[in-house]
Amino acid sequence: MGSELIVDITKSFPGQLTIDVVFKMALEPPSVLILFGPSGSGKTTILRSVAGLEWPERGVIRYGAETWLDSARGTRLPPQRRCLGYMFQDYALFPNYSVAGNVAFGMEARTGDERHQRVREVLGMLQLEGFQDQKPGQLSGGQQQRVALARAIARRPRLLLLDEPLSALDVPTRTQLRGELRNLLRQLAVPSIVVTHDWEEALALGDTMVVIHDGRVLQSGAPQEVFNHPRDAEVAKIVGIETVMPGRIMDSSEGLVTVEVAGTKLQALAGEESGPDVFVCIRAEDVVLEPVGMRATSARNKLNGLVRDIISMGALVRVEIDCGFLLAAVVTRSALEDLHLAAGSPVMAVVKAGAVHLIPRRDGAHHTKRP
Amino acid sequence: MNWTAIGLTFKLATLTALILVVVGLPIAYWLSFSQRRWKFLVESVVALPLVLPPTVLGFYILVAIGPHSPLGRFYTSLVGHPLPFTFEGLLFASILYSLPFAVQPFAAAFDQVDRRLIEASWTLGVCRVKTFFKLIIPLSLAGVVTGFVLSFAHTLGEFGVVLMVGGNIEGVTRTVSIDIYDEVQALNYAGAAKTALFLLVISYAVLLTVYAINRRVWEGRRGLLPL
Repeated sequence: MGSELIVDITKSFPGQLTIDVVFKMALEPPSVLILFGPSGSGKTTILRSVAGLEWPERGVIRYGAETWLDSARGTRLPPQRRCLGYMFQDYALFPNYSVAGNVAFGMEARTGDERHQRVREVLGMLQLEGFQDQKPGQLSGGQQQRVALARAIARRPRLLLLDEPLSALDVPTRTQLRGELRNLLRQLAVPSIVVTHDWEEALALGDTMVVIHDGRVLQSGAPQEVFNHPRDAEVAKIVGIETVMPGRIMDSSEGLVTVEVAGTKLQALAGEESGPDVFVCIRAEDVVLEPVGMRATSARNKLNGLVRDIISMGALVRVEIDCGFLLAAVVTRSALEDLHLAAGSPVMAVVKAGAVHLIPRRDGAHHTKRP
Repeated sequence: MNWTAIGLTFKLATLTALILVVVGLPIAYWLSFSQRRWKFLVESVVALPLVLPPTVLGFYILVAIGPHSPLGRFYTSLVGHPLPFTFEGLLFASILYSLPFAVQPFAAAFDQVDRRLIEASWTLGVCRVKTFFKLIIPLSLAGVVTGFVLSFAHTLGEFGVVLMVGGNIEGVTRTVSIDIYDEVQALNYAGAAKTALFLLVISYAVLLTVYAINRRVWEGRRGLLPL
């Protein structure tokens, strides 16, 4: 039996949705699993069930050889004995304790010196030195997020559960902390489950991804795989990004970045890239299709390709174009007719530099650790 | 002024308030955190002394602890004398009579504690009892102090229950309010006025302290949490 976390639970809320999910994650080597779905899909309830804060009426949760929940045998391990770190969406910092008090809260078993040292170590890891005596109410949102994370990891949990870890932050802070969280998760090497509805977060943080909708698992797999190959229109609608390709930054000047994707060079706006390896993400609705050899446009990226596939999506049509890599575009049915497009026909895909999103890639070549 | 009665009253009020903290906190915790459907039954029983005439409450307590009830017989076999018309009997009655004055502020304060904080404590491996003392009590301190002081002040002024259960035994069960009644019956208005004023001043001072403490605690919290 391999060492894995198995979650197979049913929980119903009278008159509302019923959660009925099965998923697994490998614990060795430690990986990051993303629970992805729109709000109200039940992902937080699933996370709370794994933590032991919610009791599914039926199901099994196993961590390696340990049984955390087995409704058939009446086994219910309380949250205190699961040895995990849980980060709440709104952080749930203790207002009456200082930053250091929050981080040390669950560490009574250790001696004073050990505790003190671990608190300093964790605060250092999250760049919170100097804040140890402040109360949570005196901190900014980003600092509170770090304290919540510090508290969750301080006891060296066996499993880290993060509920929408970045959603309470403003966009610039979120982008910055996403990078930090990525590095931290890698550095900690603790199996983690991250709940999010943000595809950028899913791509930046996740090794595997489970798409949840209406309390059910719609699809699971590597995030890039799920984004590029949604199982059906429902998943495609939920994930919100159609083309995700590994790329490598070649050049950067005047706020523009040249990135190579499968032999094709694309231009994108410079963002928060921490290394040359990135995911290049393009929404299908940002791709404009033109006849080959059209006039000049202001868009930076003009890609000649062949139509690979045309998939009907009601009033809209999803066109997959082979331009060195597979690029998805969404156009109206009438536009398709105007362009006389069919499988195999040549077409030019036009994408503005601003529509090419770059997300740092974790499985790239050796990542430089931040100080 | 009857200093014996005053001393006795303060002893009674202090003991009642202290015991109510010990007894009331678990009841309030259960009322605030239990998911049971029949919680309202217990809630309304706890609140009964608020609406019952003290004589009615006193009557039932008297019957319940009297020598003909199982509880009364058990107590007599244990201690050697019956419970009514003793200080202990009076204390027992006071505790029941002031129960809502302690439990309701406690429970209201517990209701205000964010459940996420408690869950956060559990996920950090802290057991329920420790979470109660490390987190819930500090966050509900204003409510705990209020409950303590209100039950103290309420016991200071009780009359009907004391008369029913305690009687009027000098040095044992004669409290200040009974003493005032006796003075008036004896047409000693000057004596009654002195004692009454004393009780008024003390009660007002006690309430003043509570509200002052509460205000400061709330202001402090507001200062810490600008949200």
